[in-house]
Amino acid sequence: MGDALHVALLLADATVRVATPLVLAAFAALYSERAGVVDIGLEGKMLAGAFFAAAVASSTGNPWLGLGAAVAASVALALVHGFACITHKGNQVVSGMAINILVAGLAPTLAYAWFRQGGQTPLLPGEARLPQIHLPGVEALSGIPLLGPVYRELIDDANVLIWLTVLLVVATHWVFTRSRFGLRLRAVGENPSAVDTAGLSVTRLRYQAVIITGVLTGIAGAYLSTAHGAGFVRDMTAGKGYLALAALIFGKWRPWPTLFACLLFAFTDAVQVRLQGVPLPVVGVIPVQFIQMLPYVLTVLLLAGFVGRAVAPRASGVPYVKER
Amino acid sequence: MKTTPMPQHPPALETRGVNKWFGANHANRDVSLAVPKGTIHGVIGENGAGKSTIMSIVYGYQPADGGSILVDGRPVAVRSPRDALAVGIGMVHQHFMLVDPFTVLENVLLGAEGGVTLAAGMARARAELIRLARDYGLEVDLDRPVGELPVGAQQRVEILKALYRGADILILDEPTGVLTPQETDHLFRILRALREQGKTVVIITHKLREIMELTDNVTVMRRGQVVANVATARTSREQLAELMVGRKVLLRVEKAPATPGPAVLEVAGLRVRDGAGVERVKGVGLTVHAGEIVGIAGVSGNGQSELLEALAGMRPLAGGSVRLRGEELTATPDRFTARGLRALGVGHVPEDRQRVGLVTGFEAQECAILGHHGDPAFNGRLLMDRRALFDRCAAEMDAYDVRPRDPRLPAANFSGGNQQKIVLAREMERNPDLLLVGQPTRGVDIGAIEFIHRRLVALRDQGKAILLVSVELDEIRALSDRILVMFDGRLVGEVAPDEADERRLGLMMAGVAEAA
Repeated sequence: MGDALHVALLLADATVRVATPLVLAAFAALYSERAGVVDIGLEGKMLAGAFFAAAVASSTGNPWLGLGAAVAASVALALVHGFACITHKGNQVVSGMAINILVAGLAPTLAYAWFRQGGQTPLLPGEARLPQIHLPGVEALSGIPLLGPVYRELIDDANVLIWLTVLLVVATHWVFTRSRFGLRLRAVGENPSAVDTAGLSVTRLRYQAVIITGVLTGIAGAYLSTAHGAGFVRDMTAGKGYLALAALIFGKWRPWPTLFACLLFAFTDAVQVRLQGVPLPVVGVIPVQFIQMLPYVLTVLLLAGFVGRAVAPRASGVPYVKER
Repeated sequence: MKTTPMPQHPPALETRGVNKWFGANHANRDVSLAVPKGTIHGVIGENGAGKSTIMSIVYGYQPADGGSILVDGRPVAVRSPRDALAVGIGMVHQHFMLVDPFTVLENVLLGAEGGVTLAAGMARARAELIRLARDYGLEVDLDRPVGELPVGAQQRVEILKALYRGADILILDEPTGVLTPQETDHLFRILRALREQGKTVVIITHKLREIMELTDNVTVMRRGQVVANVATARTSREQLAELMVGRKVLLRVEKAPATPGPAVLEVAGLRVRDGAGVERVKGVGLTVHAGEIVGIAGVSGNGQSELLEALAGMRPLAGGSVRLRGEELTATPDRFTARGLRALGVGHVPEDRQRVGLVTGFEAQECAILGHHGDPAFNGRLLMDRRALFDRCAAEMDAYDVRPRDPRLPAANFSGGNQQKIVLAREMERNPDLLLVGQPTRGVDIGAIEFIHRRLVALRDQGKAILLVSVELDEIRALSDRILVMFDGRLVGEVAPDEADERRLGLMMAGVAEAA
């Protein structure tokens, strides 16, 4: 019994840690796509964030400066995307893809130029990483069955960015349902003409959305290299940007279902890690490559079969051009 | 021709010498008009006359290239819809500017939320909207998503949006195009109520009847210019039509009584499903004889489109029988296709000429042989005979007065009326025994309408059978020898055109009354 609880807690803990960057990226895309700007460049922005966070944290020893640099780099890329797609009405998929390719090459190149460590940043010491938050009362609660272990393993010593992400989810729900900004954002993704004729600026709203996307992907990148990991490694996003997009579609562009999708993907990843090398009944030990496929296979299956008709925001991907 | 008396009060809305260019197209040329306060003012003109453009400029949706706008006698700078709303100008666009998944309340609130959060604004808007609904007959369920509302109700939402923002001048662009006669009546009652409360209404339309029925004054535009400002009471439909087109126009189609021959098309128990699997035609039976035009009237979306497409071989049948000249078509499914039917002498002028009737990126001469591209007349041994194509198209353009007369111009570059003439020429010049026609004059200028109507009647007089589907009641009544009314996938009655007054047809189209 205690053992099962322990395994469950370890799985839950791993799930949360893997889910955090996914949630940040998926919610980043939520803002952008609900405003009508498709963002396939999450991957690139996250990778840029990861690199700049690690590089600045490594140089200055201050993870918060790293986080700031990550956000700045990611927002800069988001603005490039906005300039191409909003101001010049370019193709959003092409622009996003260009950003991904650019960063995939640029980050390791810069890393090599600055640190001479084969396209990586040096391993970060503990104080150059974003801190975990130690909560009071772990000892006091440890005697209580269930609550004690849950508190100790899952809630205590969570990274500061995990708490920030929790806050983000709740805040996003509030923004989308209760706030003026959310109403306008949703409107501009459905029918920008309605927004324009209501006397609001489509361009301004979409830029605001894209900037939020940049901020959140920057944080997601910083999490990867300075919270979850301890330095930048090339291609360290490993498709998480695309996975986040899949989660967004699976969640039908709504906050709570998107969160659920991220947690599901993260959970399969956590399970996959635990299953590696473990003999299973009937089939025995499965080669590790097959186990590692799990989250991706699940993504394909979910998107192909179980989502049903996912209705994207109607103006998503369409540059706004005034009718004559 | 300025016969409007100078009012005491400065005009609620005035434009002076407004110019607008779209590329090389001079869409507005020194447009000056004045709308007296508390009146309903019509702006009438053909497509492309610039009437929507001038109102877009007034609403700040398009920037002007010169000229000035005055509200209550004071010059105003309107650079965006926000500026227009601030000086009390509201607009109901032809294509509604609504967010379908939003509720009515959210749509009204958008851009006028009254705070960073929504709660307070929502409560205030709800109270205000209930008052407006009571005062002007603008009833609508505030908590329904607008996408679920009928178009008449969506339009009321647009009016509510403008009024909630404090509009004193309300501009409506082609407001009746999508409405049933009953909905149109309702709208007109609302507009008259607005006038009684001192609001000023500007209505853009190309429908002469509405101008005569509703407006106090009318501005006529042609080719970007104002050609007349007149008091409605001192003019007539004929005079307005002549002003719009620049020449005399016959508003009624001259035609002799039909002399129907044998049945060409016989349909029984026809059932058709749409792309989503919903049954849209629910057991329709009808007969079209040689030498007659049978018109199908109905509010759009009641299955007429699917009926026409099924008969043209574009949509599979879910049941029923179709006989052409006595021969059962469903017995030979390989011939009951768009291609097979052409070979059997069926012409089809589709409802949507841009998407179905033409390939807008193709040259006119290529569009003129769509569906007949296999004809040996246009084909050499290996390549198409471009010369034959060109000559054929040029001849058709002459016969149908297509302008500009350039077979090499892409179809997209022709106006709506000329595109339609290209399609009509293609279908009618193949001498079909049966012509299926959908919305032949949708978005077509009044001068071209006259031409198209005459052509259709001429084809009938040659002894051809014509099945006409149109949402324009005037058109159905003018052309048809028999009128069938369709509602909810069924034919609910047949009316002779001389008995078909608008009220009765309207009630049948709304599913309220059966044929007497």
